[in-house]
Amino acid sequence: MRMSPKRTSASPKRASASPKRGQRTSHNSGSGPRIVFATVGTTQFDELTTTLLSDEVLSTLAAQGYTRLVMQLGRGTEPSLPSSPPPPLQIDCHAGAGSILEGMRLRAIMVVVVNDALMHNHQQELAGELHERRHLLSTVPSQLAVTLRDLGQKPPAFEPWPPADETAFPRFLATELGL
Amino acid sequence: MAVLGSGGHTAEMLALLKTLDRSLYSPREYVIATTDHTSAQRIEAFEASDNANKSNHRLLLLPRSREVGQSYGSSVLTTLYAMMHAVVLVLRSRPSLLLCNGPGTCVPIAAAAIALRWLGIKYVTVVYVESICRVESLSLSGKLLLPFTDHFLVQWPNLVSKYPKARFIGRLC
Repeated sequence: MRMSPKRTSASPKRASASPKRGQRTSHNSGSGPRIVFATVGTTQFDELTTTLLSDEVLSTLAAQGYTRLVMQLGRGTEPSLPSSPPPPLQIDCHAGAGSILEGMRLRAIMVVVVNDALMHNHQQELAGELHERRHLLSTVPSQLAVTLRDLGQKPPAFEPWPPADETAFPRFLATELGL
Repeated sequence: MAVLGSGGHTAEMLALLKTLDRSLYSPREYVIATTDHTSAQRIEAFEASDNANKSNHRLLLLPRSREVGQSYGSSVLTTLYAMMHAVVLVLRSRPSLLLCNGPGTCVPIAAAAIALRWLGIKYVTVVYVESICRVESLSLSGKLLLPFTDHFLVQWPNLVSKYPKARFIGRLC
């Protein structure tokens, strides 16, 4: 069954609770709404939406000054993050390579929630490797609130994601085929 | 000829195709599953983005070897059916180059292309690009096709030490 992507917006419950500004990276400054963009795929859908909308997660986000949670539910044909301005924080419960890479290209702070119930989940391989290389944070549903709290209190130094080498493949093919 | 899967595979293949000079790789044929309307639309959008070369392509449809949820018994039959289609399709087209990146559909197509080479009908250069998702091991399609491809590219350097035939030439998408 396919679901068309839907977007819903929810305000964190305690959005007015003393936001602590100025402790995060530069693109979070400014007076507009501070947006958390979350993508949720179709597998483990209920568990992940419940986790995202739990008091624990919402109050952690609110305490860090986020004022709006935008959720994309189901799967779309393209990763469809709001590209301008870049979302300050992206929680990716979809863990498709497409949405992870797109988020990193947009320089969002990425938290990837991998489905620890799936065996041999190779999306987890990618998220884990990128976590080790400090490009993003990889976590599991039960640890999401803790990860977000740690992220707010002591933001790690993220490594920027280098752009892909777009000349390598055409050069390689042309050489091998003698074009 | 390029084989498209669904979702992630198609996105990665399109990212690769975008880097190529389309006047050098022409005419282009895209193999997609009969039920994969999304990939068909994305290919048409991709082709429409280059006005000078867009008339030089066509889509070739292949039945899926296995739909999600299909029983094991009937998937043996549909796999054979897909395999036969793949042989006919490749035999008719006789491409010079086959690009694939791991969807299930690419296995019968690549097998048919390799058979064409063994039979001396046409030397099809088979280039396989493993998905960026594969960090520690190859996909099943990758493992099956690795010994038979002309060039096997991976996107994480540590895979080369595990699979010496694989090559790492940089992150491609």
